Amino acid sequence: MLHPGRDHPRTRRSRLPAGSAALWVLAAGLPLAFLALFFVWPVATLVARGFVADGALDLGGFADVFSRPRTWRILGLTLAQAGVATALAVLLGIPGAYVLFRCRFPGRGALRAFVSVPFVLPTVVVGVAFRAVLAEGGPLGALHLDGTFAAIVAALVFFNYTVVVRTVGGLWEHLDPRAEQAARALGASPVRAFVEVTLPALGPAIASAASLVFLFCSTAFGTVLVLGGLRYGTIETEIWVQTTQFLDLRAASVLSVVQLVVVAGALTLAARARRRQERALHLTATAGAAHPLRLGRGHGVDTAAAAVTALVLVGLALPLVTLVVRSLRTPTGWGFGNYVALGTTGGGAGGGSALSVTVWDAALTSLRTATDATVIALVVGGLVALVVSRRPRARTARRTVSVLDALFMLPLGVSAVTVGFGFLLTLDRPLGLPVDLRTSGLLVPIAQAVVAVPLVVRTVLPVLRAIDPRLREAAATLGAGPGRVLRAVDLPIAARALGLAVGFAFAVSLGEFGATSFLARPDRPTLPVVVYRLIGRPGEQNYGMALAASVLLALLTAGIMALAERLRGSVRGGEL
Amino acid sequence: MARTTPRTRLAAGALTVLALAGCSAIGADDGPDDATGDATGASDGTVTLVTHDSFALSDGILAQFEEETGLTVKQVAPGDGGALVNQLVLTKENPLGDLAYGIDTTFASRAIDEGVLLPYTSQAPAAVDAAQHAVPGDDEGLLTAVDFGDVCLNVDHAWFAERGVPEPVTLDDLTKPEYKDLLVVTNPATSSPGLSFLIATIAQKGEVQYQDYWAKLRANGVKVAEGWSDAYYTDFSGADGNGPRPIVLSYASSPPSTVPEGTDEPTTGALLETCMRQVEYAGVLAGAENVEGAQRLLDFLLSDAVQADIPGSMYMYPVSSAVDLPAEWERWAPLATDPAPIHPKDIEANRETWIAGWTDVVIG
Repeated sequence: MLHPGRDHPRTRRSRLPAGSAALWVLAAGLPLAFLALFFVWPVATLVARGFVADGALDLGGFADVFSRPRTWRILGLTLAQAGVATALAVLLGIPGAYVLFRCRFPGRGALRAFVSVPFVLPTVVVGVAFRAVLAEGGPLGALHLDGTFAAIVAALVFFNYTVVVRTVGGLWEHLDPRAEQAARALGASPVRAFVEVTLPALGPAIASAASLVFLFCSTAFGTVLVLGGLRYGTIETEIWVQTTQFLDLRAASVLSVVQLVVVAGALTLAARARRRQERALHLTATAGAAHPLRLGRGHGVDTAAAAVTALVLVGLALPLVTLVVRSLRTPTGWGFGNYVALGTTGGGAGGGSALSVTVWDAALTSLRTATDATVIALVVGGLVALVVSRRPRARTARRTVSVLDALFMLPLGVSAVTVGFGFLLTLDRPLGLPVDLRTSGLLVPIAQAVVAVPLVVRTVLPVLRAIDPRLREAAATLGAGPGRVLRAVDLPIAARALGLAVGFAFAVSLGEFGATSFLARPDRPTLPVVVYRLIGRPGEQNYGMALAASVLLALLTAGIMALAERLRGSVRGGEL
Repeated sequence: MARTTPRTRLAAGALTVLALAGCSAIGADDGPDDATGDATGASDGTVTLVTHDSFALSDGILAQFEEETGLTVKQVAPGDGGALVNQLVLTKENPLGDLAYGIDTTFASRAIDEGVLLPYTSQAPAAVDAAQHAVPGDDEGLLTAVDFGDVCLNVDHAWFAERGVPEPVTLDDLTKPEYKDLLVVTNPATSSPGLSFLIATIAQKGEVQYQDYWAKLRANGVKVAEGWSDAYYTDFSGADGNGPRPIVLSYASSPPSTVPEGTDEPTTGALLETCMRQVEYAGVLAGAENVEGAQRLLDFLLSDAVQADIPGSMYMYPVSSAVDLPAEWERWAPLATDPAPIHPKDIEANRETWIAGWTDVVIG
């Protein structure tokens, strides 16, 4: 807290009073405890099992695993896939962010919601839809992409495009356009003004998005498995095979450590990139920075960006349209039969049922679980973002803050199998309490929240960081206490990002399959679990229902993202 | 968009919190468990079934059990096939529940060797039938068979009829030039039917020669999909009519699901000389809190009500000979008469070697 009357608050940081420091410690402590209990401890326990043989530490697994040529090939492929996909997602995503967040045109809200649909679709469904497009006889069958490296990269971009568009767009939308306008007025070409003024300003968001996408791609599981198989296996698929099939915890642990190293490396690079470019940006309070989309001659930038975006949107739509079209095909011709069947429990030749609940029940379970997960993720992620957004002067404090930042990204970089198996090992009596969390059903929203927290942090943090510290200092100088500063400065600005964070957290929880598949109770499955179950059964009715349920999931997601969009508009800070 | 004052925001926030509380799963969760917190005591009243995530029974069947016994059945499904057994092994010290169901032939030996099970010999009438499928060497009765099925290649009748090509019959047929580029199987490292089919080829061709056989299949254009649904719905021509390949790895029980509306004949059939038998077992978990409840639930899995429901709900054949199969199954889903004989112990001892050998030859 800065006291009024103190000189040069920006050059000499005053010491925090004890009460305020305690609050900050609490704000950091709660998320840390959450992460420790529901992530670090389970994962560490499982990994430790792989390194302990007969009660003694045994690191022989490293030599063993690294002497296999397959390990090196997998490591190389993981990095190549993730690297290429990230680069493409960023290159395609920046024009997308421009068109969808910096320009105004009818239907923009719907398009914004639409691009987030792929992100949360269950991979098994996207795999089938994608392969239907690429396989022989599909719309793009002639390109012979089925089962190739290019197909996997395309799918990874398909899933992650929205991450770039939304993260970059969220910042761009509020970027003060006057800096770029000034550069243009001084004679800079549109390209030069973009490269020298806008791009550096977007840097933190781009670095943030790229690191997220890289993490998602390098730990992609279902997509890679369905589209490329083990030929293009990643560290993640290999951990899955070693853990669930061979119970070779030694190899799995070594690979988990390798994965952590890769992820930590990516995070460090991203943090460095962010630090270099980060500075207080001029954010405007209203979204008035957007201008009407202008196409045609004399509007080269808009036209080019719109063209690229339109092309990408077609690419995103192709598998989704295939999905919708196929969901409308029933054994007796075209119609809504598959959707009507969602109220049943499926069926086999024997007249039994493929599911223990109807798809509608599962959808309700999904919504409820996602609500809980979102609340948890918002509280935990919001606190993390708040703590990490501060830039203390002291070196050690600064270090601590950046370690905290990286720590909460780790759940994205650790295999769902490792987390799921780790839960089973540690949460039978968490902290000595007589509750078996493993079978309680409570664990599902918690596990989903662990995955959603990094997204909340990444969406809220760039906005919080971009708040000019002078605003807070001015408020403090005028006599506002720390709580008031938070309420009057941080909150109104963060609220804009919060809407998006709610949407992301909800959507991720809704679509989460990896960890949920280990934890969901069979009598209370979520929507993705139901889709997975239906598609694992023969029979046209079950297949049709699986597709219809996927469309339902996609629509729910799109609806929620559209709602988050609205929420963001209405909670705009009135004070600024 | 109208601007809001802090006060209206606060109100909106409070409303949101209330709405969230109403939507929460936590409030709605554990209903059945709470009900057991009465005089009987929770551990007597609840039996926890640890199963794979394909476990499903028709409405009301489990409720019938709960009504008869006063027990509440809680289900947990921590994964499929191998993942299930591996988790049982890892949680041996403090098991996830009382009864495990869904341990299959390929992982049975691991469950037995790792000591995760308690012996129990069911007195249910179908137990005599179940004994026919017992794991060889399981003299204590750790695992009880509940249902079984055959993993077999399926063919698309129409595809072969249209082209006047005779359908393949044996594994050797698949290496012939007329069946080039027609077969799609699944990866044994990631898919349970894939592993079963690999084992079928090893049982028929031998532990050394199976690699030669797969080399020939590869030369003849076999396609490897990662999972069953991927192979069956995307690559196979018979299921959805879209895929390019008319021979797919599936189950002997799949064909009845391909009877088109208005006819009574399936468009696909199983090749019964290419099969491996998968038996699904149940067993009481060592360290179970409710051993008696687990035993009663196991007996119930062998009851006529459950056994008759298994084909429709889980696409497997009941072990009980007392219940009738669905009519379509009687007609269109015959079992292999002579499925590949292979010992679960051999599978356990060689799984990694076989899969690695297969990967070398087929994936490269």
